[in-house]
Amino acid sequence: MTAAVGGTAAGVPTGGADRQSPVRPRRRRRGRTAGWLGWLWVLPALLMYGFFVLRPLLLTMQYSLYRWNGIGQAEWVGLTNYLTVFTDSDLLKIIGNAFVLIVFFSFVPVALGLLVASLVRRMSGGPFGTVVRTVLFLPQVIPLVAAGIAWSWLLSTDGLVNQVLRAVGLGGVTRAWLGEFDTALPAVGVIGTWVMLGLCTILLVTGMSKIDPALYEAARIDGAGPVREFFAVTLPSLRQEVGVCLTVTIIAALASFDIVYISTSGGPGIQTTVPGLEIYRLAFSQRQVGLASALSVVLMVLVLACVLPIQRLTREDKA
Amino acid sequence: MPDFSTRFSRRGLALLVPALAAGLVISACSAPGSDQPSSTGSDAPVSTELGTGPITLELYAETGFPLVKALADEFTKQHPNVKFNIREDQFTVITENAPRVLASDNAPDIIRLPTMVDLVKDDLLKNLDPYVAAYGWDKFPASQLVQLRLADGGKVRGSGSLYGLGLGYSVTGVFYNKKLAQQVGMTEPPATVAEFEELLAKAKAAGVQPIVQFNKNTAGINFPHQALQNQFGDPAQIADWIFQKPGATFDTPAALKATETIQRWAKAGYFTKDANALDYATMVGDFTKGGGLFMFNGDWESGNLDKNMAGNAGFFLFPTEAAGGKHVAMSAPNTFGIGARAKNPDAAAYFLNWAHTDAKAREISVKVGGSSPGGPAELSLPPVTEGTVLAETLKASQQLGAENGAVDFTANATGGIFAAAITPELQKLIAGQQTPEGYVKAVQAEYEKELSR
Repeated sequence: MTAAVGGTAAGVPTGGADRQSPVRPRRRRRGRTAGWLGWLWVLPALLMYGFFVLRPLLLTMQYSLYRWNGIGQAEWVGLTNYLTVFTDSDLLKIIGNAFVLIVFFSFVPVALGLLVASLVRRMSGGPFGTVVRTVLFLPQVIPLVAAGIAWSWLLSTDGLVNQVLRAVGLGGVTRAWLGEFDTALPAVGVIGTWVMLGLCTILLVTGMSKIDPALYEAARIDGAGPVREFFAVTLPSLRQEVGVCLTVTIIAALASFDIVYISTSGGPGIQTTVPGLEIYRLAFSQRQVGLASALSVVLMVLVLACVLPIQRLTREDKA
Repeated sequence: MPDFSTRFSRRGLALLVPALAAGLVISACSAPGSDQPSSTGSDAPVSTELGTGPITLELYAETGFPLVKALADEFTKQHPNVKFNIREDQFTVITENAPRVLASDNAPDIIRLPTMVDLVKDDLLKNLDPYVAAYGWDKFPASQLVQLRLADGGKVRGSGSLYGLGLGYSVTGVFYNKKLAQQVGMTEPPATVAEFEELLAKAKAAGVQPIVQFNKNTAGINFPHQALQNQFGDPAQIADWIFQKPGATFDTPAALKATETIQRWAKAGYFTKDANALDYATMVGDFTKGGGLFMFNGDWESGNLDKNMAGNAGFFLFPTEAAGGKHVAMSAPNTFGIGARAKNPDAAAYFLNWAHTDAKAREISVKVGGSSPGGPAELSLPPVTEGTVLAETLKASQQLGAENGAVDFTANATGGIFAAAITPELQKLIAGQQTPEGYVKAVQAEYEKELSR
């Protein structure tokens, strides 16, 4: 593959004929015109992207090198803000909290999603399957703020969760789930699991419906039970879907804000404070725009560091 | 090199476009925030005439406090040429928005203010000194306006030029449930801190929740904490700290003793077990329903309590350490300022002056706002119904004024101190995750960090 073809394929689709054309000059001329025309087509989108994504991104990087309150004169401080991010014990704990949330936002929903999806798949045709899928997907439709409020009621001292516990004789373990130091972060995580489970299940069910039934038949003929079937056929075929689930949910965990803000505001102490919340506080309430920007850049790098390997892992085999 | 040119035009472009855009953007603002508008000087002539031409005052106020709207409506009734365009947000949102809103071309004429220090430093608020002379605000009791003064371009609070006035001057103290008080044998408000603690113990023993206090989102337990701190030491020390006087510290014996007391109360179960999960609205609801004997709060809830637990709610100023001492309580103006870039500063000042001096406006301040309207000492307070909480808080407000015992909230010391230190550290303290020594040191550390930036 020449560089020119590579560029065309990656940038702008110019029609299948180009790829196979053996006549180099003709192909190149057509390719060039089509290429410029292609740029024209994407220009509006590119401008929007540049203005609303790249520009803020670059400005954030610029701000992170200053000490600035958002209004007055900024002062150049070099990498001091980054040094603060990596040495302040509170900020490190806050970043750590986000990684704990990955377990609840990503691993648990994907694992549960696989289980639920393989159960739902068998009844996907009937009305029951539709109901199950709708109910599971509902959390995705409800605004996260509303979900956060509802969950903070459920988990309060006199909330439904504690009422149920008391009713079954477990009055001893009742507590203000979101207000106690040991349970607050897991409790927030449970809300995340609830939100993410539906998304993962739907993606995985869709993936499963694309698996060739012949594979299952073959497995069954070979004497595989449902468990063996799952690990030998279902799981390998869902590699890409699992990748998408992990990517989306890990980003949601690391960049979480709304659920935490509504249900605990980061408390008690800084037990449930996550980078997204801290960035917002630093920038808008403490007016340390520089430090907030530095934390944002670090968060972006962390997201990429977590997500890129997953992308690579789940893509390789498909090529 | 035909291939190279193609490659350059395609690949190069893919990199070039964003790079170019970036270059343009970066060069457009080399250092952020360098070109700020400067406000008009404080020596510009001001007018105390409203005139008859049409004026629309842009007012940025706090959601959930109907006083501002009520005052604005009454003002328009008396002065039909003045209309108001009111924008409302939650207080925290105003705190976050204030600098940017004030710096914008559409700056509000009158704005509900959080802490003023940063705003004055950035030249976003109008210096009201010319109006002080023009309207005779210097005849208001000095303690009323001391919190609104800033010297040295915002470096020190508590002296210097005036940058705001209050629409209502709030007082804080302890609300109590009369029925529950009777049940635990409280016949009159406690006269000392020790008596107050005895009542807490009696309530606990009688199975009555001694205190309902929120501590979620923001630390409501800072109310009792500062109430104690106010009694245990020289309140001037607290004021100095809040006003950011050089050398002032939170690490004082009084603050430590207050923190130790709070820790003791928490251990004894005087606060609800789920205090860290209790937010403000839930607390007020619980107290109204009879969920506890005491609630530390301010007179802005008086009207609400008179309505929802009529006849059953009482109020007292937090008692002194020794009997017969001078009361000290948190009391702060509901601060409103005039934007440096306001289009109608004279009309805005006229409105603020009117709210302090007009008989009808003062009545609205008390009836709707529940707080003292402030203003010159010789003006009498509007009458209120005897036996209501409103009457009690108003009386407490007068008493505090007479004893000159008002101090600002420690939570207002800096823009971030409440969210960054007081709230999380108090949550830790009552959960047994922080020591009293650790608490005062953590608050002071955050204070120094913020002042150093």
